[in-house]
Amino acid sequence: MVTEERFEFTVTAKKQLVITLLVGVVLSVLGYFTLGSGSHGHGHDHSSDHSEVVEGDQGSEPYGAESAETDHGDHHGHHGSSPSVKRLLSNLWINNVFFAGLAIIGVFFFAIQYAAQAGWSAGIKRIPLAFGNWLPIAFVLMLVVFMVGGHDIFHWTHSDLYAEEGGDKIVQGKAPYFFWPLEGGEFPLFWIGRLVIFFTVWFLLFRKLRSLAFSEDIEGGTVQWYKLRSTSAIFLVFFAVSSSMAAWDWVMSIDVHWFSTMFGWYSFASWWVAGLALTLFIVLLLKDKGYLSIVNANHIHDLGKFVFAFSVFWTYVWFSQFLLIYYAHIPEETVYFLERWKDDHYAPVFYINLIINFFFPFLVLMTRDAKRHSRILKVVCPAVVFGHWLDFYLMVSPGTVGHNGGFGFLEIGLILIYLSAFLFVALNALSKAPLFAKNHPMLNESLHHHI
Amino acid sequence: MSQGTNYILGVYEDEDVLMRAITTVRESGVKIEEVYSPFPVHGIDDVLGYKRSWLSLAAFLFGITGTCLALTMMVGMMGVDWPMIIGGKDYIPIPSFIPVTFEMTVLLASFGMVGTFFVTSNLKPWGKPRIYDIRITDDKHVMAIDLDGNDKAESEIKSLLEGSGASEVNSKKFD
Repeated sequence: MVTEERFEFTVTAKKQLVITLLVGVVLSVLGYFTLGSGSHGHGHDHSSDHSEVVEGDQGSEPYGAESAETDHGDHHGHHGSSPSVKRLLSNLWINNVFFAGLAIIGVFFFAIQYAAQAGWSAGIKRIPLAFGNWLPIAFVLMLVVFMVGGHDIFHWTHSDLYAEEGGDKIVQGKAPYFFWPLEGGEFPLFWIGRLVIFFTVWFLLFRKLRSLAFSEDIEGGTVQWYKLRSTSAIFLVFFAVSSSMAAWDWVMSIDVHWFSTMFGWYSFASWWVAGLALTLFIVLLLKDKGYLSIVNANHIHDLGKFVFAFSVFWTYVWFSQFLLIYYAHIPEETVYFLERWKDDHYAPVFYINLIINFFFPFLVLMTRDAKRHSRILKVVCPAVVFGHWLDFYLMVSPGTVGHNGGFGFLEIGLILIYLSAFLFVALNALSKAPLFAKNHPMLNESLHHHI
Repeated sequence: MSQGTNYILGVYEDEDVLMRAITTVRESGVKIEEVYSPFPVHGIDDVLGYKRSWLSLAAFLFGITGTCLALTMMVGMMGVDWPMIIGGKDYIPIPSFIPVTFEMTVLLASFGMVGTFFVTSNLKPWGKPRIYDIRITDDKHVMAIDLDGNDKAESEIKSLLEGSGASEVNSKKFD
């Protein structure tokens, strides 16, 4: 029957990832130190005095802090750190959110296969499952970046917004969501608590799923399969709520005056399609190296259909959010797209986001052949993963750095650092166990999969 | 579709036998016109050597026609013929047109595809569908071989089908 396969995480592969990481470090250091003196002329002049009022310097101020505010003017200009520090923190946050999302999406994919009793995916399930090993690292990074740079990323963390006199009424109304049971402006207990609970439950359920999957491999039979199915169902229920709330907490609350009821789905769709594309890309690379002999064009086709279909799904959710705001034309809602679409600084990203995440995969992956041939998929998958990073970039940057944002060495470097570290952790975990479970009860179904 | 008049029909009970029979029959140089089965049999297209259907291309073309039609209609009406400002938008607010464009694309693609399918499989209103064997909607697989399209003699094909595991071999004439 099927022989067991083990992925060997070779020294060469490790070296390549470490070199990529070092290149990323060099690029980000280079990018960071060329920021202050470069064309981004606002420089370090606000770094010394936080309460300084700078009139007529809107260019350096993130929109979230000013333009949507109704109750107060410039006297709350939280200039905080210098633009380059802000840009660094903002980018760290984008990568934290994006890669934490990829990690949990891996577990989500695994869980959904069991909950749906899917057989076709028996050969590839462990690749997305390995993404979950990034979760503890993502948790620590997120907590550290929030503790260090929370004030530069999240406008709502500033305590003077919650003052009786001259505070911000809108943010005050949302205070319990961040600070409960404490008063607004104190330690954001509820927000941090959610972060901790989400990651803890995700990680524990991931561990449970992983150990059940491994014992299923050794023992065979269907006992573990049924346990996996019920654990998956529990995970999916928790994930449905937590992924939405995580999107509000980590991304939507940056533009604290604004809200969208589509946001949870929108972020989820972005994570999900990026995770699917990354899974497919790794499957293709592993096949090239001679692994995954039981995966054939039919399985690739199914994964390709996933990437195609959920690119359309992302666009559907994106457009649902956009059209309602566009059509209703309510100022406190339209400001979100004013900053992204009708703004010279971010408009190119806005259009690239749509092209790379919708038109490109939609038109290229439309035919059957494109979804079965690795040459086309190997172009589309990385593009889609990057496209959804760009999507998160567009969600976060206008609210954190405004016109001081950009895409340069710093951004590329940080992507390389996170990506290589993420892949290192995932591939390392993948090499610890066989690539697929030889005793999986549905392995035979997967072998005969034909579409 | 070719429209022969003299057919030999091999009736099969089991799809695995059918799949092997298709290979045997094709290897001996007999052309199979069509195989009917009550449910989809995986991999049968490959065994029969069918080329990919053009139906998906038809769907795409119908769909793109819908896209163009919807956009032309709305731009023509709202932007050119009787320009109106609605909700403070431009005369031609493309985002507002997207839902209708999408619906028209889906509508034309699906109607067009169904129509194309009906025409090509001879289910059009003026068509007279051929029923080779009524049991293909129940529990039998039927392999239809057009006698006029093959050089081999009737008896030779019949014995070939019997040898390949057919439970019955029938002849059928159409007008």
